[in-house]
Amino acid sequence: MSKKKSMTISAILFLALIVIIVVLERMLPPTHIALAVLKKGCIYSLVAVSMNLLNGFTGLFSLGQAGFMLIGAYAYAVLTIPVADRASVYMYFDGGIIQFSVPVFVGLLASGLLAALCAWLIGLPVLRLKSDYLAIATLGFAEIIRAFFQWDKLGVVTNGSNMLRKYPTFSTTLFPFLVSAACIGVMVLMINSSYGRAFKAIRDDEIAAEAMGINLAKHKRMAFCVSSFFAGVGGGLLAMYQTSIQAMTFKSSMTYEILLIVVIGGLGSVTGSCLASFLFIASSEWWLRFLDTEMTIGGFKVPLLRSGFRKVVFSVIIMVIVLFARRGIMGDREFSVDGICRFFKNLGKKKEVKQ
Amino acid sequence: MSTNVLRVSDITMQFGGVVAVDNLSLEVNEGEIVALIGPNGAGKTTAFNCITGVYEPSNGAVSFYGKELVESYPHGKMKKLYKGENVGKYTKRLVPTPDKITKEGIARTFQNIRLFSTMTVFENVLIAKHMRAKQNLLTATFRLNHAEEARMRAETLELLKMQHLDHLRDEIAGSLPYGIQRRLEIARALATNPKLLLLDEPAAGMNPQETQELADFIRQIRDEYKLTIFIIEHHMDLVMRISDRVYVLDFGKLLAHGTPEEVQNNPHVIEAYLGVSQDA
Repeated sequence: MSKKKSMTISAILFLALIVIIVVLERMLPPTHIALAVLKKGCIYSLVAVSMNLLNGFTGLFSLGQAGFMLIGAYAYAVLTIPVADRASVYMYFDGGIIQFSVPVFVGLLASGLLAALCAWLIGLPVLRLKSDYLAIATLGFAEIIRAFFQWDKLGVVTNGSNMLRKYPTFSTTLFPFLVSAACIGVMVLMINSSYGRAFKAIRDDEIAAEAMGINLAKHKRMAFCVSSFFAGVGGGLLAMYQTSIQAMTFKSSMTYEILLIVVIGGLGSVTGSCLASFLFIASSEWWLRFLDTEMTIGGFKVPLLRSGFRKVVFSVIIMVIVLFARRGIMGDREFSVDGICRFFKNLGKKKEVKQ
Repeated sequence: MSTNVLRVSDITMQFGGVVAVDNLSLEVNEGEIVALIGPNGAGKTTAFNCITGVYEPSNGAVSFYGKELVESYPHGKMKKLYKGENVGKYTKRLVPTPDKITKEGIARTFQNIRLFSTMTVFENVLIAKHMRAKQNLLTATFRLNHAEEARMRAETLELLKMQHLDHLRDEIAGSLPYGIQRRLEIARALATNPKLLLLDEPAAGMNPQETQELADFIRQIRDEYKLTIFIIEHHMDLVMRISDRVYVLDFGKLLAHGTPEEVQNNPHVIEAYLGVSQDA
């Protein structure tokens, strides 16, 4: 199939997705769980792809994602709270010292840029480390950042350990969908460019990559900053979704959630990460919810079902995936129109052979 | 007298208390094929690693086409530990990373093949074009560099055709047979447009027939790309057939050097190396 044709089909599919989202929003009540899952799934897709860029494509095992999301979320919230509402949000800090606010998109851009700046600074010492040591260092960074943002002395900017709220949020599902899609699109373009190839070369063999003239320090820093930029934007979106934020939410368990998504989707697969995000969010927030409530069928009380059982089942599913499908849903392959066409063609051929 | 391409002066590489390369000096001239031989553990690959920036030598200097490339002297802990000679002769620290050295025009292959094993043959070679591209992250991401990208791809395809690898361009490098992986690694090194090619045991694991073909291949690429070749090899028949001069290393020290015949008849060399070799 020609490139042009598959591009057209992809564009049509993308438009179809937008239509489906719009129709769903019209049909379902605004508080329906499916819409919440879609919104959060979009945001997690973005963050998961950004983490995959680092862990799956560049081979840098970093666990700092929640930290960069926190920076992004705070940057967005602090910069966009309307001036009139600042007095009530920063009630313990005399209205804070920032007395201006910026439009939503400037806020999101700023959240990405600030996260990237922090990544650049932290990358100078940390990116000399390899594998597990890098993971420990970035995890430590994320924890320090979380404590730092709750520091009382910074309260005039970050509101200490109090909530930030009243900043502009979104109500449609289309907003996080389009922003995430645009960001993921940019990352895909980058992965398929010469720099993306250089990142993959570093992942496959650092020494050979260096012998091919790839400046390791520069390219690692680049991947780290870009990944953090999009994690920051994701953090900004998450702040919008939650309508109020607190540093407490960005615990290391959030990083593990995202890491889980990346592993389940397949290290080195963008579409795998997206798919896994929606599956993960849907199962943890919706499909497995019934496990948490006691149920009686015809006078028989189903055993084990009680609050918290969902997490047990969830952990078992994860263990099964890691044990039996180590490469995740997609491995390092991508979901593409071409691939589906080939799949159906092969299916047809197989049937012919059988007959 | 042809131009001097590579000059290694008094290189000593000491790991803790172990002197892997001891006061090694050698020269490679333009258009030559020079071999570095020696028993296992003699320090041949360590010498390569000092030249290509993988290691910082404990003492000594390397220059390329007369330009100072690497220089170092014992510092830090090594100051007390250093057992080698020429202390105080070198006073500068100039230690470029391997990618800088590749940019200068020295390409290398590895003893244990190091391909980008999840990438295709085409991508493996295309990577080498990345370092000389004028693009930046933004122009590359948003495809503002398509002319350059197209040129990189065209050059890569041309190279693959010349190396008779173009029919394999979409194969995953890690799944190729051993011999082809060796050839691909050399093709990838050639794609960096080197002036000097360092080959680390290119004939390892090859049978006599393949070794013969490799010898022809090495001569052929030297003539086609106007290269100078510096080669580490164990196969004595290959070394004797293709090299213009041979350096013999034993326990990190230079034991002898000269034409293949001279080296072959040198009693020290026979004692240290050829006498126990299966190939001799």
